[in-house]
Amino acid sequence: MATIAVKDLEKVFPGAESATIKNANLNIKDKEFIVLVGPSGCGKSTLLRMIAGLEEISDGELQINGERMNELSPKDRDIAMVFQNYALYPHMTVFDNMAFGLKLRKTPKDEIKQKVEHAAKVLGITHLLDRRPKDMSGGQRQRVAIGRSIVRNPKVFLFDEPLSNLDAKLRVQMRAEIKKLHRQLDATIVYVTHDQIEAMTMGDRIVVLKDGIVQQFDTPMNLFNNPQNKFVAGFIGSPSMNFLPGKVIQKEEATFKSKSLEFAIPKDLRPGLKPYIGKEVFFGFRPEYIYDKQFEKSKRLSENMEIVVDSVEPIGSETFVYFHFIGNPEHSFCFRSDSQFSYGIGSEICIGVDIERLRFFDKETEKRIM
Amino acid sequence: MKQLKVQKIVFFGILGLATLIYIGPFLFSLSISFNADKDVFEWPIKLFPERFTLDNYKNVWKELPFGKWLFNSVLVTLIQTVSNVFFSALAGFAFARLEFKGRKLIFGLLLSSLMIPGIILLVPKFIILNEFQLINSYGGLIIPGLVGVTNIFLMKQFFETIPKDLEQAALIDGCSYFRIFWQIFLPISKPALAAVAIYTFQGSWNEFLWPVIVTYTEDMYTLPLGMASLRTELLTDWPLLMAGTILISLPTLMIFIVFQRYFVQGVASSGLKG
Ligand SMILES: Nc1ncnc2c1ncn2[C@@H]1O[C@H](COP(=O)(O)OP(=O)(O)O)[C@@H](O)[C@H]1O
Ligand SMILES: [Mg+2]
Repeated sequence: MATIAVKDLEKVFPGAESATIKNANLNIKDKEFIVLVGPSGCGKSTLLRMIAGLEEISDGELQINGERMNELSPKDRDIAMVFQNYALYPHMTVFDNMAFGLKLRKTPKDEIKQKVEHAAKVLGITHLLDRRPKDMSGGQRQRVAIGRSIVRNPKVFLFDEPLSNLDAKLRVQMRAEIKKLHRQLDATIVYVTHDQIEAMTMGDRIVVLKDGIVQQFDTPMNLFNNPQNKFVAGFIGSPSMNFLPGKVIQKEEATFKSKSLEFAIPKDLRPGLKPYIGKEVFFGFRPEYIYDKQFEKSKRLSENMEIVVDSVEPIGSETFVYFHFIGNPEHSFCFRSDSQFSYGIGSEICIGVDIERLRFFDKETEKRIM
Repeated sequence: MKQLKVQKIVFFGILGLATLIYIGPFLFSLSISFNADKDVFEWPIKLFPERFTLDNYKNVWKELPFGKWLFNSVLVTLIQTVSNVFFSALAGFAFARLEFKGRKLIFGLLLSSLMIPGIILLVPKFIILNEFQLINSYGGLIIPGLVGVTNIFLMKQFFETIPKDLEQAALIDGCSYFRIFWQIFLPISKPALAAVAIYTFQGSWNEFLWPVIVTYTEDMYTLPLGMASLRTELLTDWPLLMAGTILISLPTLMIFIVFQRYFVQGVASSGLKG
């Protein structure tokens, strides 16, 4: 049972010019799996470590289960943390690594043994209990690190990029295992990663962080479909959303106009874009919602857009087609095409974007308009 | 291939020569210590004794207060080694890991004290110890060498290579800072601790200048000083002196052989890799 409330949290490192975490507000529910995601250096670890108590809170309040935590030391917050490079005690066996926290809390010997063995069984590391960290692979060490955190049965688990030192295949496997563990443990988890795919696949809700500012705190699907600003739109999704700078102008009807591309803004979007007539905006469209007009007849697509194919990357199930709009070779874009269609480099085709999926962002504030 | 071979020969040649330069005098001392003739420097010098004897080694114990000097040396060296290991680890930990006001300043002052040649400090040190009435006492011999800046520096550098995550994991597990020092940092710092211990042992054991200054009665001499006192202007019993010297060098030699691995690894590796 643990809720976490982050209220107007600020972090200013001594001697730093500006705050590393600015005015963060999060309400994390009991048993939620929360992922903190953002580019490297944006302050994810700092925020996590403030929750852990490893980093002093400059301003604002942190509550766990409604109780103020700011002044408590890490050991009194009933949390456990898993570190990127495992941070196992190199001179202790796996058993002792896992038992250390329990020993310090004066747990009886047989209870320690039983708890460690249980955790080892859950994680499939029973056969490793007598080994030392240096005699194990990265994946095994990470399991031990997770084991060390679960034996104490804490209210909150904090993970700081636990999988980023593992190879791709193991990462996918561990991802699923941590999710499974979350269901078994019934615990609240805050998980840091810079990998948006990890975030999307694991999180119940995701915090997108940039330059110490929370950009959006939402479910994975909402982040994907309704990003609140250009950064979130570009960060979530792979390949990223395409952005084309341009202007909204008034012709017979409101029209988006850029150097190479011009199309009438669909009816549903006009009211929202009205205040922006004469202003600069970004037109955003995801690679997965672009269709070749020649083949796609059933969907409501935007007006014709003429493009030239620059290169193609078949990945098997589908093909990434990189292109530019005719007359504007500076800006390059991507679309995901069904792999059954093949495009020659330099060929000119006519595409359209699903009308439901057209996005516009304010050029100045980068906030989403529609 | 051929060039490689030539290189190898040159390489070994240089190494061999260097070894000879270092080990030659030692071998000569060894030979003298077994010589029954007192006039070892009579021309032509003999590299091997004509009359071999062990008497010199017996006489070291019989004719000199060798036992007393040995006791003094062992006492001074042991206390200084243990206290250097303990204090330099403690101070190194504080400088490497604890945040306190003036940390950089204090460490800077400590380091800058290394810039002052030791000779300059002899007189002030003497005067201070004199005020405390510690001249010609064990206190005077031992206290100035209880902890060395170089060792603190060494331990600080070593502790700084230990990942921060490790101490934070320990904090979350429920350790106090002293426990982190005692149960996490010390056990994984064995190579560095051994290096400090070995260097201190060697330094203390062979220290000559300070005992010369701080002691004036024969019963307070340490071994190197005692041996040096055998050299008089008129008559020096070289074989006896050399026998004593060889005996003195045995412990350091043994330590080197036993801990050679640590010597070489010593400061270089953090012991945390992999
Ligand atoms: N102890 C510190 N002192 C000063 N600045 C720090 C400290 N730790 C982190 N920072 C700064 O805070 C910013 C965020 O760091 P961090 O939280 O580690 O980012 P992330 O985990 O998202 O990659 C970085 O610019 C980093 O330089
Ligand atoms: Mg980080």
